Amino acid sequence: MLEYAIIAAIKVTTIIVVVLTGCAYATWLERKLLGHLQHRIGPAYAGPYGLLQPIADAVKLIFKEDIVPDRVEKVTHSLAPIISFIPAFLSFAVIPVGDTVSIFGRQIDPVISDLNIGVLFIFAVTSLGVYGIVLAGWSSGCKYSLLGGVRSSAQMISYEIAYGLSIIGVILLAGTLSMQDLVTQQSSIFDWFIFRQPLGFIIFVICGVAETNRAPFDLPEAESELVAGYLTEYSSMKYSMFFVAEYANMITVSCVVTTFFLGGWQGPLLPPILWFAIKVFLFMAFYIWIRGTLPRFRYDQLMNFGWKILFPLALLNTMLTAWIKLW
Amino acid sequence: MGVFREVFLAIPMGFYTTLKHLFKKPVTRKYPYEKREMAPRYRGRHYLERYEDGSERCVCCGLCAAACPADAIYMEGAENAKGERYAKVYEINLLRCIFCGFCEEACPEEAIFLGHDYEFSADNRDVFIYTKEQMLANRPKDKPFKKIIRRVKRIF
Repeated sequence: MLEYAIIAAIKVTTIIVVVLTGCAYATWLERKLLGHLQHRIGPAYAGPYGLLQPIADAVKLIFKEDIVPDRVEKVTHSLAPIISFIPAFLSFAVIPVGDTVSIFGRQIDPVISDLNIGVLFIFAVTSLGVYGIVLAGWSSGCKYSLLGGVRSSAQMISYEIAYGLSIIGVILLAGTLSMQDLVTQQSSIFDWFIFRQPLGFIIFVICGVAETNRAPFDLPEAESELVAGYLTEYSSMKYSMFFVAEYANMITVSCVVTTFFLGGWQGPLLPPILWFAIKVFLFMAFYIWIRGTLPRFRYDQLMNFGWKILFPLALLNTMLTAWIKLW
Repeated sequence: MGVFREVFLAIPMGFYTTLKHLFKKPVTRKYPYEKREMAPRYRGRHYLERYEDGSERCVCCGLCAAACPADAIYMEGAENAKGERYAKVYEINLLRCIFCGFCEEACPEEAIFLGHDYEFSADNRDVFIYTKEQMLANRPKDKPFKKIIRRVKRIF
C-alpha cells in the first residue's frame, strides 16, 4: 500500500512539474512562433533565444502588487483563479504517456490512473474550468468581466455538445472509454483514428480550440472589445493562475487529441514518451499557427457556427459511424 | 457557394500564407546591439574637423552662429601663438539645435559637420551643452572626410 502511494506521489509530482514547465515554455513557444509568423523574432534577450523569458515573466508576476478593486466579491474573486487552475491540471491524471514499463522489477504504468472511463473523466473535468471564468466575470463587479464570463459560458455550452459528440465516433469504433486502450488500438499509423474518423477529428479540433477560449474563439477575453474580458480586474498571481490554466488547458487538449486521434505514444524507433511529446508539441504549434492565421469570430457567427454547422455535422458523424459499425 | 469557398479554399490558403511567412527572415533589428548604417547625408550630432597636421580648421568666424536659425551656437575667438584665429570657446546647445545643417553649409573652412550620431538621451540638461573638445573628439575615425554638398553656391 505504501509502495503504491509512493509511486502515485512520484507520478503526480512529475506530471505537475512537467506540465507547469510545459505551460511556461508554451508561452515562450507562442511568442516566438507568433513573432516569426509576423517577421519578428519574439523574445530574444533573456538567455539564448529568449529561453529564460518564462522565468523572468513568472518572477515579474509574483512580485507584482495584487490589486483587488473595491467592488469585487472578495471571496469569489480570489477563488475563481483556483477553480480554473485545478481542473486544468486534473485531466492529466488519465493521459497515458507510454507503455507499461518495469522499473526495479515493478510494473509501472506511465499514467497516474488508467480509469476505465478516462474519456468521460476528461470531458467532465475540462468542462469544470469554465466555472472559474464565469465566477471571475461575475465577481469582478465590472461590465467587461461580466460580458467575458457570460460569453465564455455560452460558448462553452454551444461547443461542449459538438465536442462530446465528435468523440463518440472514436468510442464507437474502439469500444472502450479507457485512454490506454484507445492508444493500444492505434498501433499502426493506418489505425490512427484521424484516418478512420477525419470529420470527427476536424470537429474535435475546432471545438477543442473553442473550449480553451483560444483565437479565433477568444471572445471571453477579446481585447479589442472587452479590454481583457474576465481577466480585466485581475493582477499578479491571480492573473497568472488564469494564464497558466489557459495554457494547461491547451496542453490538455493537445494531449487528448494526440491520444484520441494521433496514436498517442505509438511510434517507431523512438521511445513512446518522446513520440508523445513530439505529437503534443506539434499540436501546440498548430494551435499557435491557428492564432497567427485566423481573425476572431463575431459573437453571432460563433453561435451560428457552433449550433448550425458543428452540431449537425457531429450528429451526422456519429450516426454514420454507428451505421458503419453495425452494418 | 460562398461558404464552400471560404471553408475549403480561403482558410487553407490563409494557413499556407502564414506558413510561408514563418520561414522568411525577420525584419527585426536588435537595436542597441546592432545599429543600422545611417544615410550618408544624415544630420546627427556635430563634429569639428581638423587639418591633416592636427590643427583645428575652425577660425571662429561666426558664420555658423549667424546662420543658425535656432541660435544654438555660442563662440569666443582668440589668437594662438602663430597669430591665427581659433575658437577658444565653441559650444552648441543640443537642446536648441534643430539639426538643419545650416552651420555646415555656412562654414567657409569646412570645419563643422553633422555626423551620424543620434543617441542623445541624458538625465541632465548640462550634458546637452556640447563643447569644442567633445566635438573634436566626435570626429568619426573610420570615415573619410565628408564632402559637403552645398545648397548655397559659394560666392567667394
